[in-house]
Amino acid sequence: MPSWLTEEERRVLEAACERTVPGTEDGPGAVAGGVPDYIDGLLGAFTVDPPRIWARGPTSGRAGGEAAFASFHPLSPLDELAWRMRIEGSQGLPEREFNGPVVGLQERYRTGLAALGSDFCELDRVGQKDRLAADPDFAELLFHHCCEGLYGAPEYGGNRDGAAWRAIDFAGDVQPRGWTDAEVAEP
Amino acid sequence: MTVDAVIVGSGPGGSAAADVLTAAGWSVVIVEKGRNHLLDPDDPTRPSTDYSNDEIKFLSRYFLGPDPLVEPRTFRTGEDDGDRVHVGEVNSVPTTVGGGGTHADGKVPRFMPGDFRMLSELGPLPGAEVADWPLTYDELEPYYAEVERAIGVAGLAGANPFAGPRSSPFPMPPGAPMFGALQSTAAAERLGYHPYPAPTAANSVPYDGRPACNNCGFCAYFGCPIHAKGDPVALLTRAMATGRAELLSETFVPRIRFEGRRATGVDLLAADGTERFLAARNVIVAAGAIETPRLLLLSEVDHPLVGRYLMVHFQTIVAGGMPFRTWSERGRSVTHVHDDMIVGDEASRQAARDAGLPWIRGGLVEHAGAAMPIMEAKHYPRGTVHNRLMADSPIRKKLWAFTMQGEDLAYPTNRVDLDPGFRDARGYPVARVTYRPGPHELAAHEHFGPRLAAILDEMGAEWTTVTSSPGRGNAGFTPESVPESRHNMGTVRMGTDPDTSVTDPWGRLHAYDNVVVADSSVFVTSTGYGPTLTLAALSARAARHLV
Repeated sequence: MPSWLTEEERRVLEAACERTVPGTEDGPGAVAGGVPDYIDGLLGAFTVDPPRIWARGPTSGRAGGEAAFASFHPLSPLDELAWRMRIEGSQGLPEREFNGPVVGLQERYRTGLAALGSDFCELDRVGQKDRLAADPDFAELLFHHCCEGLYGAPEYGGNRDGAAWRAIDFAGDVQPRGWTDAEVAEP
Repeated sequence: MTVDAVIVGSGPGGSAAADVLTAAGWSVVIVEKGRNHLLDPDDPTRPSTDYSNDEIKFLSRYFLGPDPLVEPRTFRTGEDDGDRVHVGEVNSVPTTVGGGGTHADGKVPRFMPGDFRMLSELGPLPGAEVADWPLTYDELEPYYAEVERAIGVAGLAGANPFAGPRSSPFPMPPGAPMFGALQSTAAAERLGYHPYPAPTAANSVPYDGRPACNNCGFCAYFGCPIHAKGDPVALLTRAMATGRAELLSETFVPRIRFEGRRATGVDLLAADGTERFLAARNVIVAAGAIETPRLLLLSEVDHPLVGRYLMVHFQTIVAGGMPFRTWSERGRSVTHVHDDMIVGDEASRQAARDAGLPWIRGGLVEHAGAAMPIMEAKHYPRGTVHNRLMADSPIRKKLWAFTMQGEDLAYPTNRVDLDPGFRDARGYPVARVTYRPGPHELAAHEHFGPRLAAILDEMGAEWTTVTSSPGRGNAGFTPESVPESRHNMGTVRMGTDPDTSVTDPWGRLHAYDNVVVADSSVFVTSTGYGPTLTLAALSARAARHLV
């Protein structure tokens, strides 16, 4: 799994993720579910080739077929431009600023985690919630990534061992098995 | 080299044209600005294996395009908003080989005969440009049947009492009914409605070399991993198999070139930035009802109605929480629909009178649940309650819903034009959508929403909600003002009078002898049905007229 965050940033990220979606008796929290790996993998997507943006298909191997999700699609030049803009930001490059500057996810996370503070991990629950609430845009971004990391395909780094899917009784990707007609009409 | 036809866009419209033209012996180049994830790059007569049951890839990361960072659109509700109030995704249909056919769940209803005679049958509605189509259902019926056979449509003739006559049965029987749909159709029938199996271009049995759908549930907004969905892969592979079609993916057409009343070809911009001119005896524009007028405007096609009369579907979304699991993650996303809200009754006529309108029409009502967990998770509050809600799952496990694709009337103020201040990554002005629902759409929503909620109550709902997309309200912009509908129509209207239409009844531009629009841009009304089958049938008809 590619890594982009510093050790200190990673420590704060883990605490912030767990505060956003804590583990409970109903299911794994963000950290046990692998969300920090999902986020770090996205931020560092371009440290590997092909970049970890889109897992291949058509099957993961979990319901039969080949484990094709384990490799990733190469990006076209336009795809690469879009995803570098989204992750790295426009960085003053004219080819990325055709409609003005773009702040990338790397900068948003670097700034957002710094604002939470190096003491974030030591704060109590209320203190952590207050810090997160101080930057609602960053908290929303983090929450959305927690949802994707917990309940997306494990090949993106989160949903470790499919535990989050099991906790909510979701079968995940089911190709090539699918569901029989009887399982659809009379489950 | 001059080809017989260049087709701009590889979705259902472009594919249907390619199928007809190549079968007639024409040489065709299909130009698609998006990537090819549909056909095997080594053998384009066969489907590829890029699609998968992957919610991140398809719903969070723009695998089918367009990516709004490099191909944005802009939006405003009216000129009173200024140049724009939103930049990003606006009514996005996939930008990829196969176009909108790749992400749709394959519902392909025909229009009703009366849909083609709206003005004659219902009369005018103040503020809207209601008109009859320049063709009838009977004229289009053979092409409906032809496209149904080509893409493989599963359905049950006679099940919909409001349907027009058919010259042939559906090519295959309906697929497995979803559990929740069996409950909602029973409830609807008890209240006097007429639900029926949705005509669906997903194989219920092996057909044309493609397997039967295995009910994986990743249907709407996903490409089909096994290509049980036939639209438009069946048409494209057949065209490619003739050896007379060439597919240029990741290639943008910024301009059609003209000499006098004829187009001479198109400019091409390849992924590596190289530009060239492609000479063609005919130009078929099938880029969808937003990108088609954009291309015509970039090409300086001079007609005041290019881009006008944009219609989407005004969606009324009625959801109910059930005391039982609805199993919406199993099956074809939508297996049943009903048309009663299009046909109307005395109550809807009274609702129209109450609203000061001569009539109102609703739309096709889709019976469905909400299957995907990431989408569900983003709806719940964060914190300790999140895991409990995901486990209990009032949305994914227990919700059942109706989406009414409400008929949207043609208003001259709803339009597509070129944004004066925003460009795509290639440097060309992007499409700006100006859209605001009218009194008809709002009145229809207000009337039919509670009636749909009553069906959910009959089904056993513990609670119901009625919402819409775009959101109601007629003053000022909110994020909900951008319609969720991907059913874009009407921006290059067809007709017999060059003063009130842009194309003739076969989709050919009045002003040019060899430029044909072959997508839902030519629609005169939006009806209450999804546009795919009709636009493909119109495209096949237009292509047949050419050869």
